[in-house]
Amino acid sequence: MRYVVAKDSREAVALLNTGEGARLLSGGTDVLVQMKLSGVAPDMLIDIKRIDGFNTISAEDSGFRIGATVSGAKMGAHPALKTLWPGVVEAVELIGSTQVQGRATMAGNLCNGSPAADSVPAMIAAEAVARIEGPDGTRDVPIAALLKGPGKTHLAKAELISSIFLPARAARAGDAYLRFIPRTEMDIAVASAGVSLEVDENSVVTKAVVALGAVAPTVVSVPEAAAALIGTKLDAAALEACAKACTAACNPIDDKRGTAEFRTKVAGVMATRAAKIAYARAGGQQ
Amino acid sequence: MKQEFKVLGTRPIRPDGLDKVTGKAMFGADKSVTGMLHARILRSPHAHAEIVSIDTSKAEALAGVKAVITGDDFADVENRWSRYTMQNCMAQGRALYDGHAVAAVAAVSKTIAAEALKLIEVEYKVLSHVMDVDEAMAPGAPVLHEGVKARKLGDDVSGNTVGYYSFGHGDPEKGFAAADEVIERTFKTAAVHQGYIEPHACLADLGSDGKGELWCSTQGHYMVREVCAEILHIDASQLRVTASEIGGGFGGKTTVFIEPVALKLSQKAGKPVKLVMSREDVFRASGPTMSASMDVKIGMSKDGKITGAHAKLRYQGGAFPYQMVMMGAMSAFAAYDLEHVQAEGWDVMTNRPKMISYRAPGAPMAVYAVESVMDELCQKLELDPIDTRLLNAAKEGTKSSYGPTFKAIGLVEALEAAKAHPHYSAPLAPNTGRGVSCGFWFNFGGQVSVSMAINADGTVNLIEGNPDIGGSRASISMMAAEALGIEFDRVRTIVGDTASVGFSDVTDGSRVTFAVGIATINAAKAAIKEMCQRAAKIWEIDAEAVEWVDGAAQPTGHNAGNFPPMSLAEIAATSGKTGGPIAGHHEGAPDKAGVSFGVHLVDVEVDPETGFTAIKRYTAFQDVGKAIHPAYVEGQIQGGAVQGIGWALNEEYIYGEDGRLQNAGFLDYRIPVASDLPMIEPVIIEVPNPGHPFGVRGCGETAIVPPLAAVANGVAQAIGVRMFALPMSPPKILKAL
Ligand SMILES: Cc1cc2nc3c(=O)[nH]c(=O)nc-3n(C[C@H](O)[C@H](O)[C@H](O)COP(=O)(O)OP(=O)(O)OC[C@H]3O[C@@H](n4cnc5c(N)ncnc54)[C@H](O)[C@@H]3O)c2cc1C
Repeated sequence: MRYVVAKDSREAVALLNTGEGARLLSGGTDVLVQMKLSGVAPDMLIDIKRIDGFNTISAEDSGFRIGATVSGAKMGAHPALKTLWPGVVEAVELIGSTQVQGRATMAGNLCNGSPAADSVPAMIAAEAVARIEGPDGTRDVPIAALLKGPGKTHLAKAELISSIFLPARAARAGDAYLRFIPRTEMDIAVASAGVSLEVDENSVVTKAVVALGAVAPTVVSVPEAAAALIGTKLDAAALEACAKACTAACNPIDDKRGTAEFRTKVAGVMATRAAKIAYARAGGQQ
Repeated sequence: MKQEFKVLGTRPIRPDGLDKVTGKAMFGADKSVTGMLHARILRSPHAHAEIVSIDTSKAEALAGVKAVITGDDFADVENRWSRYTMQNCMAQGRALYDGHAVAAVAAVSKTIAAEALKLIEVEYKVLSHVMDVDEAMAPGAPVLHEGVKARKLGDDVSGNTVGYYSFGHGDPEKGFAAADEVIERTFKTAAVHQGYIEPHACLADLGSDGKGELWCSTQGHYMVREVCAEILHIDASQLRVTASEIGGGFGGKTTVFIEPVALKLSQKAGKPVKLVMSREDVFRASGPTMSASMDVKIGMSKDGKITGAHAKLRYQGGAFPYQMVMMGAMSAFAAYDLEHVQAEGWDVMTNRPKMISYRAPGAPMAVYAVESVMDELCQKLELDPIDTRLLNAAKEGTKSSYGPTFKAIGLVEALEAAKAHPHYSAPLAPNTGRGVSCGFWFNFGGQVSVSMAINADGTVNLIEGNPDIGGSRASISMMAAEALGIEFDRVRTIVGDTASVGFSDVTDGSRVTFAVGIATINAAKAAIKEMCQRAAKIWEIDAEAVEWVDGAAQPTGHNAGNFPPMSLAEIAATSGKTGGPIAGHHEGAPDKAGVSFGVHLVDVEVDPETGFTAIKRYTAFQDVGKAIHPAYVEGQIQGGAVQGIGWALNEEYIYGEDGRLQNAGFLDYRIPVASDLPMIEPVIIEVPNPGHPFGVRGCGETAIVPPLAAVANGVAQAIGVRMFALPMSPPKILKAL
């Protein structure tokens, strides 16, 4: 196996293009574990952590551009980012332990393709956009459009994500992420929800995005659940309608981590609870 | 009369602490020698299969491979229990569970060994399997081994039923007839793993001359020596076994899983072989404890007196005959003073890994069932759960449900302490319930050897034969210091290898502080006797005229002579001139271990929308006889409680229809993590064991017994629905709501 440190994204793309057996290495908290436990044996590991700009968080158009290899710990230590997108940061910070936080990245979490990836529902709720570099140049794609299935994304051959953009947002806005795990940490989401809201001066919700994790082959955006919140002050009826819409959107598996029935029920609970937190963060008052 | 102690009851810094936190301590996998090979084991992917053939030729041909073995490499062993152990280490003819070892390779690197495993061709003929205890016990179930069915049993149970026991006295039916309320329930508990941090690991070197060295992580290196010597057909004297530092055992390291394999590979390759289990191997092929199916029936009068009690315990212990349900049947009703009681137990085989002890083996599930029914009766009759237990509590003089009459015991004291504790009267938040449960464990004595040397500089070396899994080196040094009348830091205790001190039973049964303690006190007595003789010699008086007081020899009175006391250090300093080195040793089998009772109180909060149970407050009361080193005792109580909480809430072996284990790792086998738990408050109760000079009972196991029912009773109160199966994981609770 070859280990290569890419100097820039052009080189990384070129290396990716050389064959089937090349794998990008960001934080490595998925790749290295797969190599150790699941017999994954790439011919080449392309380390992208040294690429200029990949490890920085920069302000852009009142939003933030997060380099592909920025760790969870680094995001957690960025006060302005936390103020703008607290839900995204809390989702990233849920990944693993302190040690894992020092390495794990949002882009890696996304590209690993797990339907239970913690940062993905939060990114979708935030309408985040991935910047992709490939043999044909650069393109910007909303996160939601990249999800394909367990272990898969819509990245084309030899494409990589160079950064993820979290956009600017209205003054009265808030987001939140919640997951259900049987313990309090070091576990994989059995059901999760990311919610982002905007409210008007009367605390009425004007915009909402609701995304669910671990209840379908990919993270899913649930527009019906969002619609149930819009125009309301998150009264009981609105929350119930939101939970119902979430339940309807679920298509989970029955496995050792949770029954389909359980995931479906709990997804709605997570969504309504996250909605309440997002609402409070947006300054909404019932 | 309460004894006064100088050293016992203090909290000196643990002697193994610095090595452990700095990484200097040598655990099982830490030892390497030049030229050693690395071994890997090939494991069955089937729950039950005939091994039609194994072709190892391609693996043997791979460069770097030095030895390949299969079950055929092991000759038969006469003792049937040792044969089961051997066949558990390496299948012969049939693979009996998913993960059962079928072949092993030793090679010059781990990578080559792993490559070689892929080249071994095994042809299996898959057979039908059975995983559940009730199914395995039913007539017509696939039988794991023919001809081992318990003798007294009839055709109503299958040949997997390898043991039957019954304990009790009186006539439960009579008792039920006299009751105002009778409740009978059926319970199920899952198989759980001991969950130690350190996977099994060893380094074996067995020469063609039959001389062997074995380094391993174990709770009993003498046990390892005897079993391995038997399996390898060598003399025990020729195999020296050294116990490494141990990263937890909890009963799971009271047998061998890999040592005979490493020794055989080493013998075949003519080189030292290191064998380390992966975590996946640990889950699939070591441990776990039994799963259970149980019926418990208890009758009670309106005022809370138990009139009759009956338990039927069906345990499955995996792929080989075993004997453990007996402990459950003996423990089930031990907490109560009963006129009419019977507890029956059946040991059953299934296509799961062979069970091995787990902290108070057999007791937690039985007591869970009994204490759950007790709780339901208290609810129904509107009785206080502690008062009701006090009304029925076993005391000194009670004829226990399993036979013997109790000597001084501390159950009443523990219940009273629980009742008086602020936890018991604290207000409860919404969605919260408070659970109470008693627990019991026998504790054990067993064979023990200790050798003590008094050094010329006045310090003391002590060698004992029991691996230190819970702080015994500290407590043994403390007891030696107390007995000799010197400071704790003058004594250093080490765990000797099998060639350096006499036989010692396995570190289990909460026996070490009790049994090694007695041997230590007796070894000190022998050394003291010798020191008194030396003083007598120096003073030129009769040895009988010298006594040992506060760490020094002194004349028994004015008539004996007028000499100032001569300290241990002074006597030791001249020992070379007064007759040579001074030492004491003791070998014995103390049998007056004192049983230990505990009472646990827990507040749980259940999220009604997700079924998630949070442990909000936990207080554990336990009679330990005498806490030699209270910090270690508290650690034992807390650790037991945590393992019991895991058993109650999330831990379980999950199998697919195919009989393959689906959660062979700590991600999906969920032991509690630190953030799941409040600080567990241990309350030490000391009712001395009359069978030990310092009153020691042993404290390591009792604490895992009460938490299952305590948590279940708390959950029942919080949600108003009783769960009859463990674990009470969130999906199960949510479904029940
Ligand atoms: C102990 C532990 C606990 C964990 N807990 C959680 C948890 O709670 N929640 C959770 O969601 N996950 C968890 N994970 C999984 C993992 O940490 C996360 O998915 C993490 O975000 C992955 O990021 P990484 O940078 O380490 O990815 P890597 O392992 O470096 O990469 C992951 C995948 O993405 C590809 N990739 C990486 N970067 C890019 C890029 N820029 N462009 C294209 N492809 C790329 C890689 O080739 C690989 O296939 C845990 C892992 C461990 C070891």
